[in-house]
Amino acid sequence: MRNKIVEFRNVSFRYGEEQPWVLKNCSFEIYENEAIAIIGHNGSGKSTIAKLMNGLLFPQEGEIIINNRPVTQDSIWEIRKDVGMVFQNPDNQFVGTTVQDDVAFGMENRGIERDEMVRRINDTLSAVGMQEYRLTEPHKLSGGQKQRVAIASVLAIFPQVLILDEATAMLDPRGRTEIMKTVTNVQEKRNLSLITITHDLQEVVEAERVIVMNAGEVWDEAAPRDIFAKKAELRKIGLDIPFVAALSDELWKAGVPINNEALNHEELLEELWISHSIT
Amino acid sequence: MDITFNHVSYIYQKNTPFAHKAIADLSFYIPSGTFTAVIGHTGSGKSTLIQHLNGLVRPSEGEVTIGKYRLTNDEKPDNMKMLRNLVGVVFQYPEHQLFEETVKKDIAFGPKNFNVPEDEIENRVRDITTEVGLPEELLGRSPFELSGGQMRRVAIAGVLATKPKVLVLDEPTAGLDPRGQHEMMDMFYDMHQRQALTTILVTHSMEDAVKYADNVIILNDGTKYMEGKPEDVLTQREALHNVQLDVPEMVQFINAFSEKFEQKVPFRRQSEAELAREIRQVLKGAGKDE
Amino acid sequence: MNNALIIGQYVPGESFVHRLDPRTKITVIFFFVFIVFLANSVISYSVLIVFALASMFTTRIQIRYILKGLTPVWFLIVFTFLLHLIVTNKGTVLIDIFGFSIYSGALIQGFAISIRFFLLILVTSLLTLTTTPIEITDAIEDMLHPLKRIRFPVHELALMMSISLRFIPTLMQETDKISKAQASRGVDFRTGPLRDRVKAVVPLLVPLFVSAFKRAEELAMAMEARGYQGGEGRTKLRELILGKRDYMVFILFIIVTALLFLTRNY
Repeated sequence: MRNKIVEFRNVSFRYGEEQPWVLKNCSFEIYENEAIAIIGHNGSGKSTIAKLMNGLLFPQEGEIIINNRPVTQDSIWEIRKDVGMVFQNPDNQFVGTTVQDDVAFGMENRGIERDEMVRRINDTLSAVGMQEYRLTEPHKLSGGQKQRVAIASVLAIFPQVLILDEATAMLDPRGRTEIMKTVTNVQEKRNLSLITITHDLQEVVEAERVIVMNAGEVWDEAAPRDIFAKKAELRKIGLDIPFVAALSDELWKAGVPINNEALNHEELLEELWISHSIT
Repeated sequence: MDITFNHVSYIYQKNTPFAHKAIADLSFYIPSGTFTAVIGHTGSGKSTLIQHLNGLVRPSEGEVTIGKYRLTNDEKPDNMKMLRNLVGVVFQYPEHQLFEETVKKDIAFGPKNFNVPEDEIENRVRDITTEVGLPEELLGRSPFELSGGQMRRVAIAGVLATKPKVLVLDEPTAGLDPRGQHEMMDMFYDMHQRQALTTILVTHSMEDAVKYADNVIILNDGTKYMEGKPEDVLTQREALHNVQLDVPEMVQFINAFSEKFEQKVPFRRQSEAELAREIRQVLKGAGKDE
Repeated sequence: MNNALIIGQYVPGESFVHRLDPRTKITVIFFFVFIVFLANSVISYSVLIVFALASMFTTRIQIRYILKGLTPVWFLIVFTFLLHLIVTNKGTVLIDIFGFSIYSGALIQGFAISIRFFLLILVTSLLTLTTTPIEITDAIEDMLHPLKRIRFPVHELALMMSISLRFIPTLMQETDKISKAQASRGVDFRTGPLRDRVKAVVPLLVPLFVSAFKRAEELAMAMEARGYQGGEGRTKLRELILGKRDYMVFILFIIVTALLFLTRNY
């Protein structure tokens, strides 16, 4: 059994007394080395979850436990070592005047020795494939490159949880692919729970488990295959389903005898092949 | 309005050590009333292309014509304002251009600049608000109190309120959630058809290009790489891969299917339901043979 | 591009001057400002000129570029010269025009002051030409370090400067983007009566402020998420090390100063 690394216990949150609840009684758990996707329409509370996880916000009700430690004002500095976060806008999280300065920023904050910093800068920048840009200034980088630097900056602290809060939303397809490759690569090599908050279906399909948010509540929580089986309901709450799932559904409706469970091209072709051999 | 690019090149910071060509020898023709998708990576020259369409920049070489307006390196129309009125541009993240105290004033800003009479502006604001799907009670609110999606709609309403004949859309759905994206694209397409607009959509989405465009232009390194109907251009896997673009997912699937079942299913921009029926036919036909 | 704006804009390079510790450069310039006023004879002025020109050549930056950067300053220098010519009345009268007498003393003094002025600006612009803004920031933070004892927020000031430097290009791009968007909505920034043009700035400035605030907010959040909690207990990646080169420059500079004292009045 894997260790629990994140736990939300009946968490509710709103920005002020008069404001509507952004999160309502949310409970879920995330385990060590797990790859989780959180999806939901804009305003469903996805990003709030991310901010609650490293103490950028605190819930009015309920409790959040990271690595056996409740998130409180006193524990946030410890928590932020465990939980690293990459935000949506590549420009607004780049602090340093060069790539290496930016990676150093988080380590400087934690008083890490200079020699160790230099070592980790080299390690993490090569992990995200940015070592040759060590001295480059941010305005000379593409969005995807800036986000890779942001990932390196987080990795340099050796977190247990990496949160990507719509980190690919402002990138073009090339940048998106870059980030996905980088993240998969990193997750393979390090002990890391990955939480991807996204609208990108490709990113969702690749997760082990999906948490679906709707209007501040946990709407469902299951493997991608089971989530995308609920096609009509997903569409009702404003979400898309992958092409293969949609086509599979149409085939099923058209009377082609298939399982209607495929998530990628190979699986659907295989199902079709089997159904075709039977008839 | 017809649009032509005739051997257009554009050089940034000409005559300095930083000079670089954003567009090189670009030629194309967009007939009035069509929907054109422009696809290409960041840095392929898309945003420079857009800026030529309403005279924000003028070509360093070559010639651009938009209807009767003509732009060359040393020639610009006498009435630039008229051109800008005719060509409405929705830039990326247009909500960043909001500035007025109320939603209403912000939508009215463009028409006012183009000297539309007051009562006419009043009517236009009301009509456009419904058309972009904004509740009328928001008109008196500050645009900065709204949600991201609503701000986007206000900004778009501000461009549409000038009643352009040419509509230029630079990734208008970026950052919206799936439902917001569909609604917005359908709204643009609906408007394109009803008002017989000439629409140019800059996008990364092959799916949107397939769904809405009459023509596709693929840009690479500031030059035209491919041009034609979506079903002709967006099915050429090799050619697109060469410039690191992918064919639409449906094309990928149809190719894989045709290969596995040794029967060609053509890509004709069919819906998923249509494709499902075609696949059923193929499976049945194949079954009979055995 | 606008030349007036590039007075002393950093030119990347690997020259001796480029590689000096920024603190060395700032210290030397600081004292240069004082010793300039020591010169009072042809020889002592020559010492200063030789030092300044030698420094300039050592940067290996095109002389034309450096002098072009000084264009806006030429006017001031000429103006100072003319002012002295008219106001000073020492020495013998050289020429008499339109009731103005130009004295020999005025000519000499005007010349001397102009040279001082020119040397000061040349040498300071060498600092910014060969040092990145972030290096200057580092040096200032380091040199102001003693002020921390009287609770002067040295670290915060330096961080503010470095973040501003980081965001200048971003905000420039943003300005360009918004002004183009508003131009597309019919704003005319270039023509029309002054009142209208001033009004046209509002649609540009409001979005710029709104976005700058939003950026600041997001940046603050990102910094917090990355464990920033003020200057206490922080280590630094950027380090400043005084090398052989720097000591050489200090010695050289002491020699120049000594020479100046010796050649004064000759």
